[in-house]
Amino acid sequence: MPFSRALRKRHSVLPGFDLALGFTLLYLSFIVLVPLSAAFLKTFTMSWPAFWDAVTSERVVASYRLTFGASLGAAFVNACFGLVVCWVLVRYDFPGRRLVDALVDLPFALPTAVAGIALTALYSGNGWIGRWLPFKVSFTPAGVWVALTFIGLPFVVRTLQPVLEDLQKEVEEAAAILGATRLQTFSRVILPILTPALLTGFALAFARALGEYGSVIFIAGNLPLISEITPLLIITKLEQYDYTGATAIAVVMLVAAFVLLLAINALQAWTRARQGR
Amino acid sequence: MTAATAARLQAPRRVGDATGEPTWVRRLLIGVALGFLTLFLFVPLAAVFVEALKKGLDVYWAAITEPDALSAIRLTLIAAAISVPLNLVFGVAAAWAIAKFEFRGKNLLLTLIDLPFSVSPVVAGLVFVLVFGLQGWFGGWLREHDLKIIFALPGIVLATLFITVPFVARELIPLMQAQGTEQEEAARVLGAGGWQIFFRITLPNVKWALLYGVILCNARAMGEFGAVSVVSGHIRGRTNTMPLHIEILYNEYQFAAAFAVASLLAGLALVTLVLKYVVERRIAAYGRPIASMEQSS
Repeated sequence: MPFSRALRKRHSVLPGFDLALGFTLLYLSFIVLVPLSAAFLKTFTMSWPAFWDAVTSERVVASYRLTFGASLGAAFVNACFGLVVCWVLVRYDFPGRRLVDALVDLPFALPTAVAGIALTALYSGNGWIGRWLPFKVSFTPAGVWVALTFIGLPFVVRTLQPVLEDLQKEVEEAAAILGATRLQTFSRVILPILTPALLTGFALAFARALGEYGSVIFIAGNLPLISEITPLLIITKLEQYDYTGATAIAVVMLVAAFVLLLAINALQAWTRARQGR
Repeated sequence: MTAATAARLQAPRRVGDATGEPTWVRRLLIGVALGFLTLFLFVPLAAVFVEALKKGLDVYWAAITEPDALSAIRLTLIAAAISVPLNLVFGVAAAWAIAKFEFRGKNLLLTLIDLPFSVSPVVAGLVFVLVFGLQGWFGGWLREHDLKIIFALPGIVLATLFITVPFVARELIPLMQAQGTEQEEAARVLGAGGWQIFFRITLPNVKWALLYGVILCNARAMGEFGAVSVVSGHIRGRTNTMPLHIEILYNEYQFAAAFAVASLLAGLALVTLVLKYVVERRIAAYGRPIASMEQSS
């Protein structure tokens, strides 16, 4: 295959390059790339004003505000508490540490619908947690934030963990010997080292929250203009057979996802550079 | 020099104190971390099982053995049984090409493999409706030939495939890159064929990471909600997977039944975490690096 020979940078004695790369590209095209391109091609059948109206109507803009706002809020809380959780798991020893460490991945393993109904039951007016709160959580925007916090929880912990484990004790000792207090060492020495990984975790949690659907729709209440997330609007339009309207909103979501993907790639490169790899 | 200063100089603070925190700070941080995790992780997990068994074992058993629930379980198992092996083959092929060879556009290919992680599940379902739905690209042709993809099993499998494409590849690529190509090249020089090299050298080297990727892929495939929800059509007893069945029960206020089916998936999640723990220890014991979880989800 001349095409693969053109791509190859260096000759290798190992066989199977053409087969493996060919299959990979074919599979990826059929399952991911061609279907995704359908969304963009579909919007090209719309006129520009029609597209603009579809993606900036009052109800859609309200859903952007909620989706982006709640995702940012959830990612921020996860960055703060994720740092504490990671610190405690890496630096301290306490009974049950291994169990807690293993359970941090629960949001990756638990189906979103299960998480959704469990959180809704807990935070409703007579739920275990909801009954102690002075304000409503289930069926309000606060509920959306709760669900997105759950979904994004492992990202910050798991991104920070390897960096914190690799952190050389010597730099902290040097800071202490030079007269820094522990708080100064943390804020001036440790935190700057952790920053790229912390931002990567934040961005990963944010990106995941933006597209989340399963856990949110149970707890949100889904009131138009108030607690309706953008992915739900896509489903609503589909159910009304408004395929172009649904696709237009989907393209906005896709563009946001691509931008975030690029940002995450850049952040990961920065993390690796900081770690000197 | 006063006696007090001399004593301080003779007994400098231990290094452990200088790079550690006071006990009360430790306790406070552990308390904050555990409090946060309890509120957002442990209590929701416990709630699933408590709510499921609230009305007794009879109601629980009835909820998971009624015909609609059984057909949802069957469909979920079938969809996973088709999509996980396909993504396993893809993951191995992609990892072989990326980890064992140098070629132009490798970083672009890596980004494309990660793409499904960034796409909203709802959008993933939507694009298959645009391609195979009645008004889609192939809608007319499929209808003429009496084939159904959307609102049927093939659509559910396609949506699941899209969502779970990266899992196996993402676990294998960093490990195989770290292992390099010396062993395979040695086998080649000694006269081994391609498949022989793969099955005798490469596969044994990555088997735990492979298993790990398959476990994660399977958990996501069985639990996927948004993408499957768009393409399934929610036909009770026909195109409902377990997560969709849970939604229907919940919206009909059959809370105990919804949580009963949910407890099965929560059990699957716990089994996944246990297997992941075991596999991670295996990989650590073999002294090999493993891709961190953030890349796999």
